[in-house]
Amino acid sequence: MSKPKIGFYWCASCGGCEESLVDIAEAILDVAELVDFAIWPVAMDFKRADVEKLADGEIVATMINGAVRTSEQEEMARLLRQKSQVIIAYGSCAYEGGIPALSNLFPREQIMRYVYHDAPSVQNPEGIEPQTEFHEEGRVATLPEFRSVVRALDQVVDVDYYMPGCAPNPELVLSAVKTLLSGELPPKGSVLAPDVAQCDGCPRRDTKPADLKIDKFRRTPWNKIDPEVCILAQGFACLGPATRSGCGERCIRGNMPCTGCFGPLGNVRDHGAKMLAALTSLLDAKEEEEIEEALEGIPDPAGTFYRYGMAHSMLRRKAGLPEVSGTGRQVPRTDALPPTIAPVPTGVK
Amino acid sequence: MPDDFQPKILAFFCNWCTYTAADLAGVSRMKYEATTRVVRVMCSGRIDPQFVLAAFAKGADGVLIGGCHPGDCHYIEGNYKTLRRFHLLQRMLGDFGIEPERVRLEWISASEGDRVKTVINEMTEQIRALGPLRLPERMGEWDRELEWAQVPTIEENPDANAPAFQDSEKPIPEVVR
Repeated sequence: MSKPKIGFYWCASCGGCEESLVDIAEAILDVAELVDFAIWPVAMDFKRADVEKLADGEIVATMINGAVRTSEQEEMARLLRQKSQVIIAYGSCAYEGGIPALSNLFPREQIMRYVYHDAPSVQNPEGIEPQTEFHEEGRVATLPEFRSVVRALDQVVDVDYYMPGCAPNPELVLSAVKTLLSGELPPKGSVLAPDVAQCDGCPRRDTKPADLKIDKFRRTPWNKIDPEVCILAQGFACLGPATRSGCGERCIRGNMPCTGCFGPLGNVRDHGAKMLAALTSLLDAKEEEEIEEALEGIPDPAGTFYRYGMAHSMLRRKAGLPEVSGTGRQVPRTDALPPTIAPVPTGVK
Repeated sequence: MPDDFQPKILAFFCNWCTYTAADLAGVSRMKYEATTRVVRVMCSGRIDPQFVLAAFAKGADGVLIGGCHPGDCHYIEGNYKTLRRFHLLQRMLGDFGIEPERVRLEWISASEGDRVKTVINEMTEQIRALGPLRLPERMGEWDRELEWAQVPTIEENPDANAPAFQDSEKPIPEVVR
């Protein structure tokens, strides 16, 4: 009997999720004994054509990491959906949009302009930008389209399970793999992590005062964190109270506040709104001016509270951005445009 | 923008003060713009920021929150919690492109029926000037790009030479720094 096939694919991701699979260490050999990989671009030489040859549903489970930004990622997600019995959104980006989804606050044209022209490290005197099509001497070269919106995996294809984390930790990965191989599957739509808040398992739980009050929010670069005491009680925006547990509280153990990569608890629709409510309620200030001052420690609320969940948030994207999208429209060359971003002077921090 | 644009404002009024004030405005037969839909909550502190986001995501043009004056909260300090949340929420909504005028917090006591009238009229005017937010329609438009299985060629696309959008309000380098 042939071994069950599993797949591991990446979309808009940093590669950390690929690392996390290898982080299960020797256990990966046991897993490799039990399964065959149908596709794993980072480690094995299977191509898209190999997947196309498989029968529908022939892959038992495919774990897809990374958010979905390009047309190629959409196509691959759809193909893998067709060929797989189970699709797992692996890691924060596939689950909720992750870091790439923060770019939903900016228009595609601005991102292109910055990345290919205005970034201080870019040298592009000819002003070349990627085009979806390029014709030369009768030949055509194509590139996938860069979409206007970054999406979580379940906004593109049907997803069966979610594995949170940036990146998911080895214990969680191993238990998920074991569950899958056992055949006793949890209900569809489950998040494969405990449905309790971080604070529940926090090693500093006992130092959290019963009546927690914060005079003002502090930022980690400029303030020392006491390694023994509840980080939230010290005034740092620790998102533990509104974030799912299961990560082993690794950031807290490393003396950093929780940034919320495990996403919301099961009964919460919008992670960022819930965190905003949880944190600001703790402030001591009562006068408007005091409140404003206390909130100065959170200069970028959208980036703080939706660091990993912008795509899944209720608002999803900045309103008022251009809505032209997905039409194959070529991004105009910037030499045709007045410069809208002043060049960054050298020596600026 | 059409002249007859009737904004949709979702109002959350606290049971003890603002809702009673709205009631007073009603029994006093005050006339004001028919743009609000009122949801009664026990305390303005009950208003989860999720409610506000959900309202916008489902098509509201504005959200009005009404609570008791500071010091008058039936639950001692529910309205202070609202105030703290409101400040950051309003700032965060700005990041999402939702103008600060679209969300408003007012302390209106049970006797201030005329204040309800003034606030609703004022807010209606401000939102009328801003125009509709139409987030559900926008989200539908964002997702049209998913309908394209293949990227069409340039010849097929009449918009190919349309000028690029220029967003100069928030240059990227500042954000990166």
